[in-house]
Amino acid sequence: MTWLAIFLIVLGLFFLVVGSIGMLRLPDVFSRAHALSLTDSLGAVLVLAGLAVYEGFNMNFLRILVVLVLIYLLNPVISHATIRAAYRSGLRPTDKESK
Amino acid sequence: MNTFFFVVLTIITVLMLVYFYRVVRGPSVFDRVLGLNGISTKAIVLLVLIGTMFERVDMFVDISTGYALLNLVGALAIAKFLEERGASSE
Repeated sequence: MTWLAIFLIVLGLFFLVVGSIGMLRLPDVFSRAHALSLTDSLGAVLVLAGLAVYEGFNMNFLRILVVLVLIYLLNPVISHATIRAAYRSGLRPTDKESK
Repeated sequence: MNTFFFVVLTIITVLMLVYFYRVVRGPSVFDRVLGLNGISTKAIVLLVLIGTMFERVDMFVDISTGYALLNLVGALAIAKFLEERGASSE
């Protein structure tokens, strides 16, 4: 059980690191939102799942599961709202030819 | 196992510094909002991690639930406000 928890946490950390590299390197607010929204949801959910598995099957397992479902539902909503505001206020994605 | 949790905590803190760089430097205001969103997601994970290290998950999980809901309300309010205000973003 501990090894499964370690595996899930390390996998989630990989996704979090990839997401923050994308946040650092990508040129555009839309591509940055792409990097953040996808990898951040999956990475945080995997790390929380690892912690829940490490906790064992009791009341705390269910509580961590509630936080997990909450992140998995709310994180895409926040990214979508922010990017819709960016698009409606006049920002446009850059493409390769326009540089 | 506690050492492993400590290493994970350090890595996530360094990642929060990366997002903080984006919050400070970001060209438009939406970059800053996205960076704050990433920081708060990592803060939620960090709270549950600290609770597991101290063996008080039952307390820390409630704090992180409240933090997630506050993050949603704040981010949606900022997004709505910027959407109505228009493009003058700095």
